[in-house]
Amino acid sequence: MDLFLQQTFAGLAFGGIYACVALAVVMIYQATDHLNFAQGEMAMFSTYIAYTLLHHGVPYWWTFLLTIAISFVGGALVERLIVRPVEGTSTLNEVIVFIGLIAIFNSMAGWIWEYTIKPFPSPFPKETLIPLKLIGPHDLGVIGVTLLVLAAVFLFFRFTPVGLAMRAAAQNPDSARLVGIRVGWMLALGWGLAAAIGSVAGMMVAPIVFLEPNMMAGILLYGFAGALLGGISNPVGAVAGGFMVGVLENLVGTYVPFIGSQLKLTVALVLIVAVLVFRPSGLFGYVVVKRV
Amino acid sequence: MALLEVAKLEAFYGQTQVLRGLSFKLEEGSVTTILGANGAGKTTTLRAICGMVRTSGEIRFAGERIVSRATESIVRYGIAHVPEGRGTFVRLSAEQNLRLGAYARKDRAGVAEDLERVYQYFPRLKERRNQQAGTLSGGEQQMLAVGRALMMRPKLMLLDEPSFGLAPLLTEELFRILGAISRERQVSMLVVEQNASLALGIADEAYLLETGRIVMSGKARDIGRDETVRKAYLGY
Repeated sequence: MDLFLQQTFAGLAFGGIYACVALAVVMIYQATDHLNFAQGEMAMFSTYIAYTLLHHGVPYWWTFLLTIAISFVGGALVERLIVRPVEGTSTLNEVIVFIGLIAIFNSMAGWIWEYTIKPFPSPFPKETLIPLKLIGPHDLGVIGVTLLVLAAVFLFFRFTPVGLAMRAAAQNPDSARLVGIRVGWMLALGWGLAAAIGSVAGMMVAPIVFLEPNMMAGILLYGFAGALLGGISNPVGAVAGGFMVGVLENLVGTYVPFIGSQLKLTVALVLIVAVLVFRPSGLFGYVVVKRV
Repeated sequence: MALLEVAKLEAFYGQTQVLRGLSFKLEEGSVTTILGANGAGKTTTLRAICGMVRTSGEIRFAGERIVSRATESIVRYGIAHVPEGRGTFVRLSAEQNLRLGAYARKDRAGVAEDLERVYQYFPRLKERRNQQAGTLSGGEQQMLAVGRALMMRPKLMLLDEPSFGLAPLLTEELFRILGAISRERQVSMLVVEQNASLALGIADEAYLLETGRIVMSGKARDIGRDETVRKAYLGY
């Protein structure tokens, strides 16, 4: 029983990271109808920025906030400068730009910081006041940070005029323009927010998987699986999906002997295929029905 | 000075020219209607004013040159466009749709006041304020679109086929309210409408559009009496 609970909690911690990635992916998907394949690489790059700040003696939580802010600006700039010229031309153009971004961020990180694996600190104490049996302090911290981020995003979209305008711009760009919403800027804002959320995922996962240019490759796949499972059209669903994938991955890895830790990534792929085949809108997604 | 002045307006969809040198004026506080068959360029005229199609020529609003500006900048001058197909934000609530109409405004008190006023004009919307807008009936969504436009506190409303898809009773109701709005709120209107007799009923001025050109203009009353117009658009 203890093993089961331990694995579930560890799964929730990873699930929180997948949930952040899934949320970032869904934010851009909602605004543009496209999956940003470079979301993971952007998060990795953000984590390197955090690494550099820490290296220069900036305290952890200041680094944390600064990295989020830098990632936000960076994400918005990527949209304005690189994605914008191909926006609305054709799906293929946009996807190719996304793939280009993967290569750019990956190579830039390797060039600036080298490909050697680097340790990245956890902000959470090694020991807790009351000893925890079922969950490590970092895992617990990750779940807490994730929930805070999700709450902040939820409040932003639910209660601020800009959040409402972003949703409106994503749902119906023409109508949004007609009430004076600057749709182009809303897209940039969406990219900025996605990059900021992704940077949190990067900083939370780096202490577990170590920092290196390819650290997010697998994570992004789980993030996609989570977003699809929960429903790519529903941010709340994507977050739930992220958590589910984390737990599922861990439990399957523990209890299904032939999968173990070697075949875990396959679980994500199988899940993606299964969702697409049996329930393309995900568990909580909207099925788009059009009146004709 | 006219509120809206359009001169030698041309508009294109890709290579296809839809408007071929349109010129007309709209006086402040007046209701003007544009009549014409399908494909004459009525919708395009409204879209051109809002910068939603490629245009050339001259458009002045309250003396200000607005042609070739971005849509989101043009509407901030006080032009509210009720688009064809209503343009509902389907996954937001009815009230959120209305509040978005006031997105560019800063006066909170005025916005709250206008929200109440919209609910007075359309009590149905108040009943359904928290309902997802996509689940409203066609008529309710049309009211929502008009309400959203009113929330901008506009100087000019562009209405594209407000009667489209509505039952006759509902259409009459809507036009009665539009008439009231133009009188009480001093909102100028440019109405494009298939139902010519309804449109002429609330309009002061009327233009007849044929293949991207204005072929007749005058007082709505006189146009309504014109024999060719009657035969072609009023059906008697």
